[in-house]
Parts: sequence; C-alpha cells; structure tokens
Amino acid sequence: MNNEWPLWEVFTQKKSGLPFEHAGSLHAPDKEMALQNARDVYSRRNEATCIWVVETKNIVSSTPEDVGSFFEPSNDKIYRHPNFYKTPGAAFE
Amino acid sequence: MKNTSEHLFEYCLRLGDTPLILGQRLAEWCGHGPILEEDIAMTNISLDCIGQARAFLTYAGEIEGKDRTEDDLAYFRNEREFRNLLITEQPNEDFAQTMLRQFLISAFHKHFYSELMRSADKTLSALAEKSLKEVNYHFRHSSEWLKRFGNGTEESRTRLMNAMDNLWRYTGDMFDMDETDKHLVECKIAADLDKIKTLWNKSVEEVFSEAGIDMPKDVFMMSGSRKGKHTEHLGHILAEMQSLARSFPGASW
Repeated sequence: MNNEWPLWEVFTQKKSGLPFEHAGSLHAPDKEMALQNARDVYSRRNEATCIWVVETKNIVSSTPEDVGSFFEPSNDKIYRHPNFYKTPGAAFE
Repeated sequence: MKNTSEHLFEYCLRLGDTPLILGQRLAEWCGHGPILEEDIAMTNISLDCIGQARAFLTYAGEIEGKDRTEDDLAYFRNEREFRNLLITEQPNEDFAQTMLRQFLISAFHKHFYSELMRSADKTLSALAEKSLKEVNYHFRHSSEWLKRFGNGTEESRTRLMNAMDNLWRYTGDMFDMDETDKHLVECKIAADLDKIKTLWNKSVEEVFSEAGIDMPKDVFMMSGSRKGKHTEHLGHILAEMQSLARSFPGASW
C-alpha cells in the first residue's frame, strides 16, 4: 500500500499583477492542506500575496524527447526573433 | 486591594505567559514533526506565539515600572509566578493531542483578541489586532486537522478522543474570572470572558460537528492558572526553558 501523500506543485505571486512563479513542491493529503502547507513552507518570509497549488499529476509536461520537434524549429527562423524589444523569458535577447 | 495598574500588570502576565508556554511546547516538535511540512507549520505557529509573548511581557514590564524586560519576566520568574492557562502546559503527546490543544486555545484566542481589540488600553488593543491575524490562521490550520482526525481512520479518531479525555478538563480554566478580570472589565480594558465562552462554545461545536464528534459533557474542570497553581508539567518546561538564561545571566548571542 502506498502511504505517501500525493505531490503538489506550488506557484506563488509576489505582488498582484505579477506572474505566478513555480516555488517548489510538497506533499499533502488534499487541496486545503496543500494550500496551508504551501503557505507555511513557501511564503513564511513574505514571498507571496497569492498562492496556487496543483496536484503534480495534473500537470501536462513536454518530454525531453520533444525538444527537437517542439523548440528547435524556431532557432533558425531569425525573422521570429525581435531585434528591438525584449521577449519575456526568451533564452537569448 | 490592588490598584488598576497592578491589575493591569497581572493581566499582561496572563496574556504573555499563555503564548510563551504554548510556543515553548510547540517548539519541542522542531525536527520531530510527522512530515516536513507540518514540522515547519508547528514551528511557525510556535514563533507566532513567542512573538505575542514578547510583546505582552514587554508591556507588562513597562506597566510594572521596575525595569524588568521581557527576558527578565520569561526567564527569572518561578513556577508559581507564571500565569499561563493550564491547557498550554499540557504535554504534546501525539500529533492529535498537539492539534486538539492548539485548536481549543486558538478558538479561545480568536474571540478573545477580537474582543480585546476594543480595549480602552490602546497598547492592548493594538497587540490584539496584530495577534488576531496570526491566531485566525492557527485556528484554520488546527480545525482542518480535527476534521481529518474525526473523519479519518479508526486510529486517528481514537487518538483524537484520547486527547479529548486528557485536555477537555483544562478548558474551564480559560474562562475563570477573578477580581483582576472583573476590575479591568469595569474599566473597559479587559475582555469579558463570559461573553468569550459563549462564542468559543459555538465555534468549537461547529468544528466538532464537522469532525463528527460530540462536545464532552459533565467533565470536572481544573482551574488555578489565575493564582499560579499549575499542573506538574510547568516545572519541567521552565527547567528546560530557563536553564540557559539562569546559568549564564545576561548572555547574548
């Protein structure tokens, strides 16, 4: 029997209007406890004004094998890369 | 007959000692929590309590006017001079008992601080407002656990009911009113504990019903904290808490 509680991913927002960022993960039996644990583990030092928790199994992620078909095609299309403004989160600017 | 300021000093000791001893008890879980997340939660709550204790004891020292600091009051008073509620010094035992103790006290503090916010004493009112935000979370956290113990497994429920047998008899002590309470209620400084008791009962009953458990009936209530009459546990807590400060008076980090 698996006695481990499910794993949850925690996202915190520093200030209203800012994007939520992944803070880390934790174990909890259900969503209310996950939210409370997230508050205790990831926002003890004023890091957040809002928290999202989502059970890890509900996250759909691309896999390392997808790298080629998903991301590389944009590398050689130079016209897609802006020269005069910054793209948030882009690997190179 | 004590004058108002002597009563107020006594009252502040009660307000400070209760979170101090509870915080010390909770700190015993540090590094021993059932899971990492809960270990952090309990020590967070402990730190909230110690913070409240510091503020009320500092104010007690000011009221007394004998230059005693929060540390003097915390570390250099003896057992009979402590005024913490009896329930705060009861042992952690298992996680169910720790959470039930937390719940019963947080339910009390939630209503107590709400009422104290209306105190004619501006310092007490401000400290109550700050503390209320913290205890609202403690109440939420411990209530959620109670519901899970009650509706969980046979074992979680048994542990909760054992804890109830150990702790319920100390709940009456929270509402005892002596001349200090009565005098300060008349001065509109203190919270009227008869009123708090009604509100406390309602909150506790609500959560108990969600947890599927009954309010205990006809339990003999222990009392004594107002007079500094404690259970055998407080002496041991103080021995641990005060030994460093007493061995090395004035030591600093």
